[in-house]
Amino acid sequence: MIELDKVSYTYPAAAGPALQDISLSIPEGQFCALIGVNGAGKSTLAYTIAGFVPHFYHGTLIGKVTVANLDTQTTPLHELVTRAGLIFQNPFNQISGTKYTVREEIAFGLENLGIARTKMLARIDAAMSIVGINDLAERSPLALSGGQMQRVAIASVLAMQPPVLVLDEPTSQLDPIGSREVFSAVRALSQTGGMTVVMIEHKLEWVAAFAERVIALSAGRLIADGSPEQVLTDESLKGLGIGQTRYTQAARMAEELGYWRRKDAFPVTLEQAIEAFQS
Amino acid sequence: MDLQIEELSYTYPAGIEALRGVSLTIQSGARVAIVGQNGAGKTTLVRHLNGLLKPTAGRVIVGGWDTRQYTTAQFAARVGYVFQNPDDQLFLSNVNAEIQFGPKKLGWDPDRVARHVQSALQQVELEQFAARHPYDLSQGQRKRVALAAVLAMDTPIVILDEPTTGQDLPGVELIGKIVSELSRRGKTVITITHDMDFCAEHFERVVVMGQGQVLLDGPAPQVFSETETLAKTYVDPPQLVRLANQLKFSLLPMTVEEFVRIRYKLESSI
Repeated sequence: MIELDKVSYTYPAAAGPALQDISLSIPEGQFCALIGVNGAGKSTLAYTIAGFVPHFYHGTLIGKVTVANLDTQTTPLHELVTRAGLIFQNPFNQISGTKYTVREEIAFGLENLGIARTKMLARIDAAMSIVGINDLAERSPLALSGGQMQRVAIASVLAMQPPVLVLDEPTSQLDPIGSREVFSAVRALSQTGGMTVVMIEHKLEWVAAFAERVIALSAGRLIADGSPEQVLTDESLKGLGIGQTRYTQAARMAEELGYWRRKDAFPVTLEQAIEAFQS
Repeated sequence: MDLQIEELSYTYPAGIEALRGVSLTIQSGARVAIVGQNGAGKTTLVRHLNGLLKPTAGRVIVGGWDTRQYTTAQFAARVGYVFQNPDDQLFLSNVNAEIQFGPKKLGWDPDRVARHVQSALQQVELEQFAARHPYDLSQGQRKRVALAAVLAMDTPIVILDEPTTGQDLPGVELIGKIVSELSRRGKTVITITHDMDFCAEHFERVVVMGQGQVLLDGPAPQVFSETETLAKTYVDPPQLVRLANQLKFSLLPMTVEEFVRIRYKLESSI
């Protein structure tokens, strides 16, 4: 669904590249988390998959990016937005601010695509029910909690029915309830909707519990790519700012002290830790 | 410098009752985390500690000063407040000017200002960015500039509103280090946070708020053992506490080291 072949990218007037020699292949329906320190290139990679790089940001892109069989460099952005939807960190930056109701807000993108009214209404209802906001349809998008507003932002992208969803730290502004609402909605999209998801996220416990695959970046380069159990237990990544859950840290300390008797990988989730520390 | 909050209630001009009879005493040098869901009244509470808000009822006493009788400017030498969003705080054209602003306003001599600015920049690891415009920095770095601007004023009380949001792992570790250093120097550190792992590892006392009231208040291990009350206010206990509960530990660990010590019944510290 998403293919990057030896991709390097430099922002206009930047001294060095933001992405260097990245090759990646993400199959349809996979839920990938993108991790790394601030400035590692996570957002740039997200913008590259969504086509905002290079169409919106310009600069120099080398290599080839294919999303849903379209070459992002030769396909115009208005066409790419129907293939890969981008959700920003702060929902406030995403919603138009000009609409009186959530329903109208979600209609905004579809109006721009010239979708017929009856079709539009059905798509809006479907998008709202996926993220569980049907009861908010007639509310003002500006008078919602952070978690509700972020789900409106996601619904407005979902209504365009892109096969790929790219999320740039969608929960960083949200409290735990809001975060859980967003993670659950996104997981459902990937598991039952077959949507391909790329999500930037710092909260490692959520990454470990929800993502199928973890991709780590450092200084614009891909430094690890594998299951949460592989990437989040890799001690060599710590120096590059890739953390571990407390479960993994506890298991490692137990091993260093000679108390760890298990042969399998260190636990990364609560469930794995319960099992591992019980024995 | 002790803090006394007595039967504090606050109603916003629009009629929203944000605080309903909050009483807390915070001793000089304590590390206190205030947690609870959005809308619980956490930010409204801390905005009373430097007189930004004045009580509708009850009173707040900071080192013997009743906040109703002094201005926020007068509290600037006593209480440093780092906003959640640095963009609400930063307004000057370079990092150095931003950090100098507070100390200069306190009327310090230039030497003392320079010394404190340098030390603050060092603590937040932004020395090489002193001449840069804050808006040329990342959000995470701007947050550290806002923190440095408060550290430079050397106040006995420091308030950190959501210090770890938007920070990556090195950023969170740096803030943890700064909290320990402030505490070592005898400062009172009060934080509002949703990050319970950070809270457990760096704050000895936890106050849980809900609907404008204090629901729980005590040493961190004791508060995190109140599973039912925490669930009602949607506070997820720290990772290791949830694990320890599942494993039926009799003591709750606040750090990885404590967890390992309890699990393997080790006597002394590792």
